Amino acid sequence: MTKLDPRIPAGPLAEKWTQYKASQKLVNPANKRKLDIIVVGTGLAGASAAASLGELGFNVKAFCYQDSPRRAHSIAAQGGINAAKNYPNDGDSVYRLYYDTIKGGDYRAREANVYRLAEVSGNIIDQCVAQGVPFAREYGGLLDNRSFGGAQVSRTFYARGQTGQQLLLGAYSAMMRQVKSGKVKLFPRTEMLDLVIIDGKARGIITRNLVTGKIERHFGHAVVLATGGYGRAFFLSTNAMGSNGSAAWQVYKRGACYANPAFVQIHPTCIPVHGDYQSKLTLMSESLRNDGRIWVPARKEDAEALRNGTMKPQDIAEEDRDYYLERRYPAFGNLVPRDVASRAAKERCDAGFGVGSGRAVYLDFKDSINRLGKHVIEERYGNLFQMYEKIVDENPYESPMMIYPAIHYCMGGLWVDYELMTTIPGLFAIGECNFSDHGANRLGASALMQGLADGYFILPYTIQNYLAADILTPRIPVTHDAFASTEDQVRERLNKLLQVKGKQSVDQLHRKFGHRLWDWVGMARNREGLMHAINEFAQLHEEFWSDVRIPGGMDEMNPELEKASRVADFIETGELMARDALQREESCGGHFRDEFQTPEGEATRNDDGFMFVSAWEYAGPGKEPVLNKEPLVYENIKVQTRNYKI
Amino acid sequence: MDFTLKIWRQENATARGRFETYSVSGISPDCSFLEMLDLLNQQLIDKVAVPICFDHDCREGICGACSLYINGRPHGPDSGVTACQLHMRKFKDKDTIIVEPWRARPFPIIRDLVVDRSAFDKIIQAGGYISVSTGGVPDANTIPVPHADAETAMDAAACIGCGACVAACKNASAMLFVAAKVSQFALLPQGKLEARQRAINMVAEMDALGFGNCTNTGACEAECPKQISISHIARLNREFLKAKMG
Repeated sequence: MTKLDPRIPAGPLAEKWTQYKASQKLVNPANKRKLDIIVVGTGLAGASAAASLGELGFNVKAFCYQDSPRRAHSIAAQGGINAAKNYPNDGDSVYRLYYDTIKGGDYRAREANVYRLAEVSGNIIDQCVAQGVPFAREYGGLLDNRSFGGAQVSRTFYARGQTGQQLLLGAYSAMMRQVKSGKVKLFPRTEMLDLVIIDGKARGIITRNLVTGKIERHFGHAVVLATGGYGRAFFLSTNAMGSNGSAAWQVYKRGACYANPAFVQIHPTCIPVHGDYQSKLTLMSESLRNDGRIWVPARKEDAEALRNGTMKPQDIAEEDRDYYLERRYPAFGNLVPRDVASRAAKERCDAGFGVGSGRAVYLDFKDSINRLGKHVIEERYGNLFQMYEKIVDENPYESPMMIYPAIHYCMGGLWVDYELMTTIPGLFAIGECNFSDHGANRLGASALMQGLADGYFILPYTIQNYLAADILTPRIPVTHDAFASTEDQVRERLNKLLQVKGKQSVDQLHRKFGHRLWDWVGMARNREGLMHAINEFAQLHEEFWSDVRIPGGMDEMNPELEKASRVADFIETGELMARDALQREESCGGHFRDEFQTPEGEATRNDDGFMFVSAWEYAGPGKEPVLNKEPLVYENIKVQTRNYKI
Repeated sequence: MDFTLKIWRQENATARGRFETYSVSGISPDCSFLEMLDLLNQQLIDKVAVPICFDHDCREGICGACSLYINGRPHGPDSGVTACQLHMRKFKDKDTIIVEPWRARPFPIIRDLVVDRSAFDKIIQAGGYISVSTGGVPDANTIPVPHADAETAMDAAACIGCGACVAACKNASAMLFVAAKVSQFALLPQGKLEARQRAINMVAEMDALGFGNCTNTGACEAECPKQISISHIARLNREFLKAKMG
């Protein structure tokens, strides 16, 4: 068993971070020049960390699988970024943002980390504006805010429907400035394939150059993973095609604990699946729920007629529509948090009221268009309506949009302490690939906040507390035995994959596994299904390693080999997700167990038994992983049942 | 729907390339162009042939990875979209479709339809940023920015760095790409201080990397998936001239 020590500083919640910064160890400028830091991933967390560490004077090596760091999947975030600026004077504060995040996460996030996140949130906006991020502004020239994802205050800053893109380009530009200055060295089209550990500390990585296929060794005094989530395990998700969970999985197998893998967010407003050739799902921003009303027919026969095309949504009279979110949750209505909205859609579709393929509900702007005029809706959502029309070939101004939940974000990830260090000394995890801030459910516009908070304002401090003890450690040559043996293992694994020479393509196997994962470890889980899943995933693992077909070789550009390596990891990650979901005998946030619900179908949390972080420890191939528990303590907030009804 | 595809195949940067002809059938009109290529690759894998390499990632038109020259147009026949947002319903049944990589000397081919666009990253390194470090910046609302300027800056900032502008240009000029960045920052008070030097440095880097000059044909604007206006090139030229005249 690993001893989990979250190393939360003592003292009152509001003073912990200030106290930490006042007493932590720092590295002086002359010593910073002697220290190398590896950053894997160049999304919001990775790019902001690489830029900030380079500015401080460390030597940074930044890696990404994309051809340019600017393409990391943070770029696809649409809606916005939260910050407790309280510009609109509507009662926001650091405490309220902390409170909302803890409550929204269904009391499964770590209090001290979340408070710190809220504390630095304002600095992020200042930083981004200084970088030239063109946030939306009011006519007086000051920054505009909107309410997002059910928050009662307007604390979301945005840049049209492209907030993630603009924030990423800000961080990317800052990093490129450091590339120019020589403090950051870039390695695009390069994928991490394993972690090198020397004397118990993370000291480097093994990578594959995706253009030449060359396997390479890189040393760092510390290694930072900013590699995102594992959502594409499900095959269909809103993640990019290349998004993967492999770096996190590799370090798990090297001894880092994996926390809450069952906590995956299913976003309620995505364009429904329309064909079996489909490669990914497209998200429609949650902001649409501010003005759109969600409904299905109240009568099953109408739903059937809509499904087989004999009726149109416009034919359904107002009294025959079931605005089920407004009916079930009068206080929040269409603006309930993501987990609640997603489950309610599934419930209606399972009960036979779904439209389209049967796995879709309507998001209707008719009333808003009548109330505000088409031009207002066009101004607010024009680009989203256009995107919908391009994909679905239907005009959402005339006919309601069809939406259905899809996998979107992973709250679970590598276990980290207050300093964002994993259980492997010298290995840090930031952004989506750690677990600490969102508990069992993430609030809208909080992912961008966390990625940039970690990269700009938290890691650059905490990593120094670790590196201060390392200033006398010379660079370890990559000829060291640990590098050689890790590289051998990487080569062996890739060769093994290439040697299978089976019959099924990587995508065929991934699709098969992903659908099973969605069925058993998706929006609703139960004991029987999860037990079944664990067995079935073991079989699929076997099938993958005996029947995958990868054309081409190792020493060339070979996307099939890249995908195969990632899917092999996804299958193993899926098994851990199922185990975690099985042990968590409660429903909380995005994790819903059929057995634990009220008669009205609301989630039943079990605080006595499960108010802990599950941190899984690898025990070797074929062995059951070990469950470690970090108890969660809430000293500054009253733990209560989430209620969006009244 | 059924299609005949003539696709550029090239094993590596130095190998000689050629068009190969493939056929796909039973394609749904709702299938995206890249999903159609996925289906073709599945066919190739089934035959133990080597699948076609092409860049792609987000598949929702924002990452800028996809870079296909389809029937003589960057990102294909639809306007205001990237190749990943193009659907087969935009073609006619039994069409022959020609697929090539971006063709421009500063974007050398890596394999098949994949090109090396690291030149764009180098242009950004030359000055595509505001020189601020993390921390020590003023409160975000200290400097008001006129609404119209913020909106125009955002129009320019929408660039996804795909390179369609270069691929469309007969001179392989990167002026629209450079202009989008220079213009975004020149419009904002935060970026004004370095506006002139930025224009000089980025244009010099663009020239050094072998991109051609602008002869105002407007092909870049017509093919830009984010419909970025060439009026930003005019702003770049103004900044450049002001800088040169001191």
